[in-house]
Amino acid sequence: MSFIPGQPVTAVVQRIEIQKLRDGDNLILGFSIGGGIDQDASQNPFSEDKSDKGIYVTRVSKGGPAEVAGLRIGDKIMQVNGWDMTMVTHDQARKRLTKKKEDVVRLLITRKSLEEVVRQSMMQH
Amino acid sequence: MFFRERSRDCHKSRSKGSSRSEKSVTINAPPAEPLLGDQSVRGEEVQDDNWGETTTAVTGTSEHSLSQEDIVRISKDLDDSVGLDCKRYLSVTLSVILGLVVFLTPLAFIILPHLFWSDRLRACGTACEGLFISVAFKLLILLLALWALFFRPRKASLPRIFVFQALLATLVLLIVLSYWLFYGVRILDSQDEDYQGIVQYAVSLVDALLFIHYLAIVLLELRQLQPYFSLCVTRSTDGETKHYNLGQLSIQKAAVVILENYYKDFTVHNPAMLTASKSRATRHLAGLKVYNVDGPGGNNAAAGIAQSQSRAMIAAAARRRDSSHNELYYEEAEHERRVRKRRARLVVAVEEAFTHIRRMQEEEQNKSPGDVMDPREAAQAIFPSMARALQKYLRTTRQQHLHSMESIQQHLAVCITNNMTPKAFLESYLIPGPTLQYGQDRWLARQWTLISEVSVTSGLKEGTIFLLKCIEFSLVVTAKKIPYIQLAEEFIDPKSHKFVLRLQSETSV
Repeated sequence: MSFIPGQPVTAVVQRIEIQKLRDGDNLILGFSIGGGIDQDASQNPFSEDKSDKGIYVTRVSKGGPAEVAGLRIGDKIMQVNGWDMTMVTHDQARKRLTKKKEDVVRLLITRKSLEEVVRQSMMQH
Repeated sequence: MFFRERSRDCHKSRSKGSSRSEKSVTINAPPAEPLLGDQSVRGEEVQDDNWGETTTAVTGTSEHSLSQEDIVRISKDLDDSVGLDCKRYLSVTLSVILGLVVFLTPLAFIILPHLFWSDRLRACGTACEGLFISVAFKLLILLLALWALFFRPRKASLPRIFVFQALLATLVLLIVLSYWLFYGVRILDSQDEDYQGIVQYAVSLVDALLFIHYLAIVLLELRQLQPYFSLCVTRSTDGETKHYNLGQLSIQKAAVVILENYYKDFTVHNPAMLTASKSRATRHLAGLKVYNVDGPGGNNAAAGIAQSQSRAMIAAAARRRDSSHNELYYEEAEHERRVRKRRARLVVAVEEAFTHIRRMQEEEQNKSPGDVMDPREAAQAIFPSMARALQKYLRTTRQQHLHSMESIQQHLAVCITNNMTPKAFLESYLIPGPTLQYGQDRWLARQWTLISEVSVTSGLKEGTIFLLKCIEFSLVVTAKKIPYIQLAEEFIDPKSHKFVLRLQSETSV
């Protein structure tokens, strides 16, 4: 998941659709994010490359809409509803996920296990 | 002579009515002579009988209101007004008499026994003579204290007496009288021999007087120091507003304080700046004319017609698509541009003028006493180069009547003497200052009228409104109580200020 400047980023992604849960006046998704281009990337426990300033899932609340949809802790979010999340600040990421007018968010996430699965399936051939 | 009297009374009643009606904007002129002449022709006998009932008598009211003509008259004949001076001198004489009586009473108490029955008096021992010293010093302190508190130069003459001062004077009089009564009955009549007792009695009177003086300080001076009301003062012509915090004063005293601050805080009243809005207002309704299509109706319908006419005019004026707001905007923009251009020219001219003169040093003075000028001559020398620009600027900002050439040259001389920069010299012309800054002839009215619905000696209350009127404008004063402040305390331990770096934040969505 590291990127070489000037080269396009390629990753194996999984599409996850989360329905927002209405809790009173708020719409919650049920997970926590960390990271961003304005944060200190070296403290990210989930990233392989410690210079990766992407948005990672740091906590998934049990039984929440995110867990039901298949989000796991440590996932890196690449896109939210078509908006890029690899080069955003922490606050911008939060805003893209918590838009009040949207009931559902479609995420593209990537995790290390996905790549391994793809490699294994390619090796079988 | 008879009809002239009646006309004067009618004139007074009509002008009183006009000054009391706060709703009307214009003040009606007194009726012309021929109108009354018609009345006299109609029925002499009828009016002869009941002219006593129909004549309006001017009774003393609690509000001190004068019509405009009276004010003008009074301000012109200020020297001839005996009434005001009489009041002032009367109060001064009364207070001096009271002071003398108060001062001489203890001395009289001590001296009278010696005059009348000195042979039977017991000899004055050491303690008694000590009391003499005490009386002397206390009287001296009382004298100085009275001088300090009461005999200060008056700064205003108020319409009514000051209630607290009157009460205190009455109290002092009561005390002195009761002491004299006791003295007269128990000591003079019975010719008491105990001289020490008599001296102690005199000392007690002086003590009582000193305590009354302390009461006077608290009532007259200290009680008003703590701010309790906030007064909002608005000028009626241009709406300039200032706020003042005052203590618990009577309305007339509050008026004096406000007027003192008015001369120092409010910018000078410039009637030339007000004509623009008036002309706009007249143009607003000027284009409309009302025609009575149904012919002249009866007298009882006249009021109804007038009302409907005015309503129709207002409605038509509101509906008319007039572009006066457009005119106002462009006019103001144009005026602003012109003022700024003139101001730029003025600043440059003054700066240039100031470079023409230079202060001469000491050594040079001794060496060449040639073309030396004192500040006045220096001012006169450089004034012509900036005069035209200054005059044009003053005319554009409509201030030209506030400054005479003499005053400008004088101001220039002062600025040169004190090494002021051109900017400092121009400050008083670029920005309109408070009324005190201009000559005494601009102070216009020093005779103000206090118009109030409640008695002027009553204290200020929440929501009190009164008016201070002078010839050209009036000040509307509203009193509001300063809100009661409830202060709560919160303790923060200085050791509780701890911080962590917020570099990896986590947000839950």
